[in-house]
Amino acid sequence: MEKIWIQLILLVGVAVVAVTLTRSTADARHQAVRRVLLVGFVLVAASAILYPTFLSQLARLVGVGRGTDLVLYALVIAFLSYVATMYRRMKMMDRQVTALTREIALAKVRLEQAGYPTGPTETIDSAPPPALEPAPGPTPTGTDPAERRP
Amino acid sequence: MSRPCHNVRMRANDDTWLVVPLYNEATVIGDVIRAALPTFANIVCVDDGSTDSSAAAARAAGALVVHHATNLGQGAALQTGISYVVTQTDAAYLVTFDADGQHQVSDAEAMVALAREEDLAIVFGSRFLDDRTKAGFLKKVILKTAVWVTNQSTGLRLTDAHNGLRVIRRDAAARVNLIQNRMAHASEIVLQLGRTRLPWREYPVHVLYTEYSKGKGQSVLNSVNILVDLVFK
Repeated sequence: MEKIWIQLILLVGVAVVAVTLTRSTADARHQAVRRVLLVGFVLVAASAILYPTFLSQLARLVGVGRGTDLVLYALVIAFLSYVATMYRRMKMMDRQVTALTREIALAKVRLEQAGYPTGPTETIDSAPPPALEPAPGPTPTGTDPAERRP
Repeated sequence: MSRPCHNVRMRANDDTWLVVPLYNEATVIGDVIRAALPTFANIVCVDDGSTDSSAAAARAAGALVVHHATNLGQGAALQTGISYVVTQTDAAYLVTFDADGQHQVSDAEAMVALAREEDLAIVFGSRFLDDRTKAGFLKKVILKTAVWVTNQSTGLRLTDAHNGLRVIRRDAAARVNLIQNRMAHASEIVLQLGRTRLPWREYPVHVLYTEYSKGKGQSVLNSVNILVDLVFK
């Protein structure tokens, strides 16, 4: 019967992770929640150090056998939420990089078509470098104003 | 919104831009552009950070090249091409066209003609409206599943979803804003075009599965990625 408590807590944790994954949240609120959690973490960690039996008592309270098990469960939830927030942040950064790249690409074409030299076209390559082949020399960019205008 | 008068057929689809997302297709892109140029004088290739000489080949063949400094994915390239046509040209129509030579220029031409004749804002190419396209069994199953998922989420009744050949009129194109950088954009563009409530039609096209395009085709596992991308926006 007591097991129900830990099950409930863990399930809620997983649900929260899932929700943060799919829903967008206001940034400031997000940060506040993180700070509250951090304070809670510090309090629990300090009391666990000062009163070694505290964790086991807490564990038994929610229906887990040992304190170490409780820590393990908490770790799983913490890790999942870390993955979720990182995933969201990556997505956001991807969008920013895309927007930037697009702006640059379009601005460059506009310059080219106006007849300005824009320098060699370079690719920032995060993937493994291409197989060894003779350097193609400076790419013939559209530096010639003969490029078609719309 | 400037639309051309339907009676005056302009020379070689002068009011139409071909948008070609391009990523490492140096061996074929030149031929693809040269085959299309007599019909479509305006071609913009969005070089998505190719590491081979694709961009140079496209430029040499006579296309305008817009260059992504880093590889972002086909959806991003497509959106850049659409943004280019909408913001920097006065084109009436744009045609999205694959770089690997799968699509027929004659199909694209007929689709633009259909859009003009029937005053359509969007014409989707479909390889399943007739039996010219020879797709393998597994490919068919995957594509049909993609069609089903897309239809569920977009409310349109399409027979083909992940077909890169589309004609989009300027007013519809201006309302497309793809955020799916990778392959899920194929469903996303249908969703966004459907939301415009503008008139659309499907048109039977022939997709040529060459050895070259097969080698680059989407794998079964990739459809898992597409699903996840669509759920976790």
